[in-house]
Amino acid sequence: MHSQLRKSNAIALNINRTIIYIVCIFLALLSIAPFWIMFVNATRSTSEIQQGLAILPSGHLMRNLEILLDKSFDPITGFVNSFIIAAGATLCAVYFSSLTAYGLVAYNWKLRQPFFTFIILVMLIPAQASAVGFYQFMYKLGWTNNHLPLILPAIASPAIVFFMRQYLIGALSFEVVESARVDGSGEFATFNRIILPIMMPAVATQAIFVFVANWNNLFMPLILLTQKEKYTLPIMVSLLRGDIYRTEYGSIYLGLSLTAIPLFIIYFLLSRYIIEGVALGSVKE
Amino acid sequence: MRRRSKLNYSRYGYLFCLPFVLAFLVFSLYPILYTAFIGFTDMKGVVPKTPHILDDPLENFKNLLFENELFRMSLMNTALIWIVNFIPQLGLALLLTAWFTNKRLKLRGQGAFKILFYMPNIITAGTIAVLFSSLFAYPIGPINSMYQMFGWSNEAINFLQDKTTARGIVAFIQFWMWYGHTMLILIAGVLGINPAIYEAAAIDGANGFQTFFRITLPSLRTIMLFTLITSMIGGLQMFDIPQLFLAGQPDNSTYTATMFIYSQAFRGSYLYNRAAAASMILFVIAAVLSAFLFYLMRDRDAARLKREERRIRKAAKAASQGGVTHA
Repeated sequence: MHSQLRKSNAIALNINRTIIYIVCIFLALLSIAPFWIMFVNATRSTSEIQQGLAILPSGHLMRNLEILLDKSFDPITGFVNSFIIAAGATLCAVYFSSLTAYGLVAYNWKLRQPFFTFIILVMLIPAQASAVGFYQFMYKLGWTNNHLPLILPAIASPAIVFFMRQYLIGALSFEVVESARVDGSGEFATFNRIILPIMMPAVATQAIFVFVANWNNLFMPLILLTQKEKYTLPIMVSLLRGDIYRTEYGSIYLGLSLTAIPLFIIYFLLSRYIIEGVALGSVKE
Repeated sequence: MRRRSKLNYSRYGYLFCLPFVLAFLVFSLYPILYTAFIGFTDMKGVVPKTPHILDDPLENFKNLLFENELFRMSLMNTALIWIVNFIPQLGLALLLTAWFTNKRLKLRGQGAFKILFYMPNIITAGTIAVLFSSLFAYPIGPINSMYQMFGWSNEAINFLQDKTTARGIVAFIQFWMWYGHTMLILIAGVLGINPAIYEAAAIDGANGFQTFFRITLPSLRTIMLFTLITSMIGGLQMFDIPQLFLAGQPDNSTYTATMFIYSQAFRGSYLYNRAAAASMILFVIAAVLSAFLFYLMRDRDAARLKREERRIRKAAKAASQGGVTHA
């Protein structure tokens, strides 16, 4: 009787497991399908797309590319602009956040605790809340259509300081700092040569997220950039909705694919770190 | 000795935090204060004249809160789309968390599933929005093709003409982009629970349901609140998807609060003042939510340490006064 009970338990477990696998595979397909259709349709002609769905790619990739580039879509410029902004913002964010975190952890100064409290307080201020004033301010400086207002604000990234501080508290040993001092290293040089390498794992994780967030950002660039040659990829995506592509389905899908490919490459190369990073940070950028 | 060296070095603490403070003052604080100021003025037009404070400084705010149908609608849409996205998002994330952390099930391929579930989150929201509007295209589009293939409908359906469907799709895109993220955070939360508790439960003969509802769920309370509030603040900023999906159509049913700010200030009549006032209203909502989160995440250990310290100091003081402190 006992073994019978165990057997029925095992059967129940197997049924459970099967249901769970079916749900998980369904969700996985749901994640893949839209992008699959996007990539496949990027290689199909308009008439093929009008005939219905297809699982396998066709041969009209070059024709679609020609049509796409013929109109206002310029993926190279968009890519370069997006890259400059995302890379610049990432460097600013991780370097200065590490510096700030080190200042918070390594030194004992009067306003340290209040400053940390302040960082937590401003962590969740949405950029949209200050957009109107920010735009007017940049307009007066003559900084619209410039990449700097999209890069420099990253110097003050409270959420990343918060994360770096948590990491540094666990990773920093004061003996290292003290011995650097004995060797006559200046405080700033100590940070650059000794502390920053120690923080590299945290820096790398955060860098991925800051880069992706800035690469994907639409709101601020849309407000600040009005010249075509300054457009980022997300702004160019909005051009694909316009009338000029009304019937060129293949090129729309191709344009979308081109904006997504760099992210897919980053994701599949670094997915392990990204998955770990989400769990570690649990702070939304 | 150590204390003295720290005193000497303390100025570096200020110095190293200075770039952050400067960037914050210039790019965050000043723009916010300036936005607040603009909200009380008559600033509008493509190239606005020097702004003046209105005779009734609260005019813009009153207009938004009591008269402006569009703003009210945008707030309602934002709330509605967020709720319809968040409840199933948290539900599914919890379910997957329960499955993935269940030791008895021993699911295989968890790593691959996690990577695939999180994947939509990393792709540009704008790209996804335009992609979905292409997928639901009328009269011929992939979803319509699928409907006909499975025989669900003989005629082409114009999905995006219907208010409820349009809102539903926007909510679905949000849900689809974020449930993997929420799941990863919840799983991390479960892995942080002391395994001894689970062992004790197993010895006491608790089944999967009991373990989940009596141990896992209560332990995840703080993390779930954290997810709730960050998601709410993220929801307030919802812009890319509704903007590029249908630009707020049909009938403004997918028109969100941030789209309101954008289109008031940077499109059409360039009503910077009204957009600024709307920003401030959103800011207050976000600030209230953040304050609650701040209260939630406050450093409990540090607070306890401080209390302890105070108690010891008090006790020492009492002892030094020579009184009998305990009976």
